[in-house]
Amino acid sequence: MSFQIKEPPTEFDVVIVGSGAGGGMAAYQLAKAGAKVALLEAGGYYDPADPKYITQLKWPYESPRRGASTPFRNFGDFDAAWGGWEIAGEPYTRKRGTEFDWFRSRMMGGRTNHWGRISLRFGPDDFRRKSIDGLGEDWPIDYKTVAPYYDQVDKLIGVFGEANGLPNDPDSIFLPAPKPRLHELMLKESAKKSGVPIYPNRLSILTKPVNNERGSCFYCSQCNRGCQAYADFSASSVLVIPAVKTGNVTLTTNAMVREVLTDPNTGMATGVSYVDREKLTEHVVKGKVVVLAASACESARLLLNSKSTRHPNGLANSSDVVGKYLHDSTGASRGAFIPKLMDRKRYNEDGVGGAHIYSPWWLDNKKLDFPRGYHIEYGGGMGMPGYGFGWGMENTNGKYPGPDGKMKEAGGYGASLKDDYRRFYGAYIGMSGRGEAVASADNYCEIDPTTVDKFGIPVLRFSYKWSDYEIKQAKHMQDTFEQIIDAMGGVASGNKPGADSNYGLAAPGRIIHEVGTTRMGSDPKTSALNAFNQAHDAKNVFVVDGGAFVSQADKNPTWTILALSWRASDYIIDQVKKKNI
Amino acid sequence: MKRRDSLKALTLSSFGVAALNPQEVLAERRELDKAMNTPPAEVGFGRTKEEAEHDAKLMAEKYFTDKELATLAVLSDIIIPKDSKSGSASESGVPQFIEFMVKDQPYWQTPFRGGLQWLDRESAKRFGGKVFTALSKEQRLQIVDDIAYPEKAKPEMSQGVSFFNTMRNFTATGFFSSKIGIEDIGYMGNRPNVWDGVPADVLAKYKVSYDK
Repeated sequence: MSFQIKEPPTEFDVVIVGSGAGGGMAAYQLAKAGAKVALLEAGGYYDPADPKYITQLKWPYESPRRGASTPFRNFGDFDAAWGGWEIAGEPYTRKRGTEFDWFRSRMMGGRTNHWGRISLRFGPDDFRRKSIDGLGEDWPIDYKTVAPYYDQVDKLIGVFGEANGLPNDPDSIFLPAPKPRLHELMLKESAKKSGVPIYPNRLSILTKPVNNERGSCFYCSQCNRGCQAYADFSASSVLVIPAVKTGNVTLTTNAMVREVLTDPNTGMATGVSYVDREKLTEHVVKGKVVVLAASACESARLLLNSKSTRHPNGLANSSDVVGKYLHDSTGASRGAFIPKLMDRKRYNEDGVGGAHIYSPWWLDNKKLDFPRGYHIEYGGGMGMPGYGFGWGMENTNGKYPGPDGKMKEAGGYGASLKDDYRRFYGAYIGMSGRGEAVASADNYCEIDPTTVDKFGIPVLRFSYKWSDYEIKQAKHMQDTFEQIIDAMGGVASGNKPGADSNYGLAAPGRIIHEVGTTRMGSDPKTSALNAFNQAHDAKNVFVVDGGAFVSQADKNPTWTILALSWRASDYIIDQVKKKNI
Repeated sequence: MKRRDSLKALTLSSFGVAALNPQEVLAERRELDKAMNTPPAEVGFGRTKEEAEHDAKLMAEKYFTDKELATLAVLSDIIIPKDSKSGSASESGVPQFIEFMVKDQPYWQTPFRGGLQWLDRESAKRFGGKVFTALSKEQRLQIVDDIAYPEKAKPEMSQGVSFFNTMRNFTATGFFSSKIGIEDIGYMGNRPNVWDGVPADVLAKYKVSYDK
C-alpha cells in the first residue's frame, strides 16, 4: 500500500475538528456567516431521524440482550451514543496509582448523543471562584459577558424550566416545564422537612416547537436514544445537519485527525492531517483558521501531538498548561425504596427524558468543610422494564409485608414472587449529586511516551487523584441523600458508602464532564487560550470544547460550551473582517 | 433449531449413560419443546455494522446443551409460573434470553453451567441418581425450597442459593422485559403521548397536588 497523502485543492476558511456541541455550534454559526467550512468527525454519520439509526420507541425484546450494555454502546443497546469507556484499537493509559476513565463517542454529534439534556447556565460566582475561596483560578470573563450568548443559545436550541430568580443559577429564556411525576411531587413535599430545595428541571427538550425544522416533545422519556422529531438537543439534528444545509459545510466523517499543521515560518496553523478510519488513507485539509472541538482531552492530545520547531512543546503550549487542570464533575449516588409507592395504579408516566425536577446547590460553603457545591438529579417512576429489571428482589421482598399484611421470607419463587415484582414496580427512586471539583495542575493528561493507537497516533496517559475537597463533598452528598430519603419516608438501599469507598465518589471521568485541559486566561504564561478561546501562541487556532473551561461549576458543561463556541465564532468572523487573522 | 437436531442432541444429553431412562428422556423432551417454542428476537433496531455482525455471530453459536436448556426452562417456570394474569417464564422466552446473555457476557457461563451441574448432583444425591428434570414436581420443590430463601438456607446450601439468586434475577429480567412481561407489569408508555401530570385520583390518594 502506498502512503500517498490526499489533499483537496481548496483551502477552507475554517477547518473544524469534532461535530459535538462545540464543533457543531461553530460549524453552524460560521457557515451561516458565509464561511467555507470543513467539518471533520472521527466517527460515522448519524441522523436520529433516519430509520437505519433509530432506537427510539423500540421495545426491550427487540434487543436480544434486552438493552444491556455492550462494548459497542456502553450505555446499553438502545442508547444513541456509540462507543464508551474503551474503544477497540484506541487505548489510553493511566499513571500508576491514579484513575481516569475516558468516555468517547465516535459519531456525528459526539457525546451530545448521550447526555441528559440538563442545560444549566453557569452563575456569576462560577466565573470567579478564586476570588471567593482562594482556590483555583478566576475566568478571564464574567457572567455578564456570556449572558447574551446564553440567551441566544436558549432561543436557538430551546430549554424548559421555571424562572426562580436564584442568585447563582441564572434563569434561561424558558419553555414551559413539564409537571412533576408522582415521586417527584413527593420529593418536593419532602423538601419542607429535609431543607433541600427542589425546583423544575432545566432540560433542552422542546415542550413547544421553536421552529419549523424541529418537532415538539411527545413524552417518550427516551432522549438518550436520540429523537426522530428533533425535539431535544443533539448536535447532529440541531446544529450539524442545519449547518450542512447552508451549502457552506463540507462534512467528512471517519476523519481521525492526527495533528494540526503549522507554517514553519509564521507558526500559524495551515490545516490538519487526518487518517480515514475505514480506508486508512492519509489526507490533509488546508484552512485559514483551525477550530478544535474534539473534546477536552482529545483536543489537548491533538495540540500535544502537533509538535514542530516553532512549537516544540506542542501547539498552543508555550505555557505548558495543555493537558493540565483536567477536572471532571464529582458524582455520588444512592437509591431508595418508597414503601408507600407499592401497589401503584398504572398510567403512562414516561414524561420527558430525565427528571422533571432538580435541586440546585443551596448551601454556603463558608459554613462547610469543603469548598464547592453540587446539584442533585433524581430518578424513579414506572419506567420501561429492560435488562436489570427485578434484579436483587431477594434483598427487598423480605422487608415489607405482603398483601395479607404478613411478612414473608426474602427471595422465594412462584406466584407470590411474581406478584412481588408487580407490587414493587415503580416504588424505587434514585438520586445523584453532581459537584464542582477544584481544578489542579496535578491532575492532567499527557502524551504516553510508549503507546500509540491503531492509527499510529500517540495516545493519552492520565494522572488524576481526587483531593480531600471532593471526598468531603461526596460525604456531604451521602448525608444529604439520607436526609432526603428519610424525609420522604423511604428506605435507603444497600449500605451507606463510607470512607473506604470515598463515600461512593465516582472515579474521575465517570461523570463525563471533563474540562480544563486547554484553559483560557489573560496571562499567556498560565493559560493556553485567551478569553475568546483563541490560542495565545497561534492566533488562527481556537479550542471551543470543554478544554477552554477554567473551572467546571456544579452545573453541566454543555450550555456553556455552546455559548462560548458561539461567542468564539462571532469573534472569528469579526477578526477575519478586520483582517487580523 | 430443527426438531431432528433437538432429538439428536437429546440422546447425547444427560450425564452418565445409566441415568438415561425413558421417563427422563420424555421429561427432557417436554421441557425442551417448551423452551424452544418462542422464536428468537429480530435484529433491526438501529444497529451499526459492527453490532449487527457481532449479534449475528452470537446467535449462530450455541452454548447450553439441550439438557441444560430444558433444566433452565423448568427452573424459570418454577420462579415465574403461569398465573391468571399472564404466561410463564419459558413462554416469554427466558431460556433463549439466558442462552444469548451467557454468550454476550461470557463470565456468566460458568456460574450457569456449574449451577446446573450442582442442581443435578443434588437431585441425584437425594433421589436415586435422577437429574432435576426427571424429578417429580414435589421432589423439585424440595430442593428449590432449600436454595430459594437466602436468609434461612443452610450454610451447606450456599452455592445453590447463589445459583438460584442468579437464576431468579435473569428470570425476572427476561420475563418482565418480554412482551408478555411488559403487559403483565402494566407499563403503559413507549408511545407518543402528552404528559399533563399525575391523574387526579392518584394525586388525591397520595395527598399531593400541583397547587403548592
